[in-house]
Amino acid sequence: MNWTWFHKLGSPKWFYEISGRWLPWLSVSAVLLIVVGAVMGLAYAPPDYQQGNSFRIIYIHVPAAFLAQSTYISLAIAGVVGLVWKMKIADVAVQQAAPIGAWMTVIALVTGAVWGKPTWGAWWVWDARLTAMLILLFLYFGIIALGHAISNRESSAKACAILAIVGVVNIPIIKYSVDWWNTLHQPATFTITEKPAMPMEMWLPLLIMTIGFYCFFAAVLLMRMRLEVLRRESRTRWAQAEVARQIGRSA
Amino acid sequence: MSNVFTLMLLRETRLMFRRPAELVNPLVFFAIVIALFPLAVGPESQLLQTLSPGLLWVAALLAVLLSLDGLFRSDFEDGSLEQWVVSPHPLVVLVLAKVLAHWLYCGLALVMLSPLLALMLGMPLDRIPTLLLSLLLGTPVLSLLGAVGAALTVGLKRGGILLALLILPLYIPVLILGSGVIQAALQGLPTTGYLLWMASLTMLTVTLAPFAIAAGLRISVGE
Repeated sequence: MNWTWFHKLGSPKWFYEISGRWLPWLSVSAVLLIVVGAVMGLAYAPPDYQQGNSFRIIYIHVPAAFLAQSTYISLAIAGVVGLVWKMKIADVAVQQAAPIGAWMTVIALVTGAVWGKPTWGAWWVWDARLTAMLILLFLYFGIIALGHAISNRESSAKACAILAIVGVVNIPIIKYSVDWWNTLHQPATFTITEKPAMPMEMWLPLLIMTIGFYCFFAAVLLMRMRLEVLRRESRTRWAQAEVARQIGRSA
Repeated sequence: MSNVFTLMLLRETRLMFRRPAELVNPLVFFAIVIALFPLAVGPESQLLQTLSPGLLWVAALLAVLLSLDGLFRSDFEDGSLEQWVVSPHPLVVLVLAKVLAHWLYCGLALVMLSPLLALMLGMPLDRIPTLLLSLLLGTPVLSLLGAVGAALTVGLKRGGILLALLILPLYIPVLILGSGVIQAALQGLPTTGYLLWMASLTMLTVTLAPFAIAAGLRISVGE
């Protein structure tokens, strides 16, 4: 297999050029997929036979929750790449992805609370899944806080990478121990883990929304990374030329 | 290699006993936190007994966390940390000795104090061995995971609150298992399974955490 593309990613300039080409495609597909998925989910999907229309928040809740978890895993992967291959872009990715993941976790928690009120009659219950998400949010806060506390860019990225790796080893342990804690203290009064089999009209918008959220994540991440790359490379000639070009275009 | 390990342990012991106040502080903190709870929730013995596993674990966890803030600080300030990093001995071994010393003089001391506080909270005498075992297996995990955070924050001016933010979420599995064991013992349920889980968690942390601590120290020193 040809690994040239991977090694090329070590060059910030090359990354800036290639991501500039990807960005329009990702942004357009994110907008399209989210609009199509939302319209299908909100207007065309049939209401749930028990929950009525209140289930429709699933089309935001589930994609956000997916993304919250996979962002943390991608943080750790980027951290490993940054530590092993000393790739600057991976360091940038760790720090720029963390706030997006934290926001996705917040969205998942808030939509979960909104959904929980009509369904379970409470904004918050100490259910295993909810608690695991809350802990995930705290893990994100830790990474963001550590990134802000260390002023040197390079060592702050490395420290965040190590914390992300330690966290990702811990996540399965946290998940299982929280599951276990819940069964220990309160017997399952309801299960959200076992979803009823969905009809196609309900499931398809969910799939579209999930892919749309992933595209949105990728687009926002690339935008944030491009800005950070420009900031880090502000001494180089290509970065200065690029900034001058951007300013000239907006003026 | 084992020689370096013993030397390091002896050095830490000597340093620790030259400042006995630092040895006592976490213990006093532990006792005070436990004393706060009956004042806050009321003196009913039934309630206190039900809460006691969780109270003891949370208080022990906070005491360890507070003592961790200074774990690498003085070594960082006087330059010993740099010497460890550039020395030919593996940093992982040095770090393991350092953390072991911390556990001996903080974790183990907390374990020894805990029966007294547990009895004051109304825990029956025959449940004390389970409590001791759960703290004995759990406190090394607290020391090791906390050392990862201490290594990452040692170069920072005010690392204390940040350390708590980084480390507390990682402590959750130990907290759940540790207080779960005692809870089960109080209800007369078998505890072997929980204790084995805790032991495997301890082994996992002893194996992996020193590498993360060493990597964190390299970053902090390199800055």
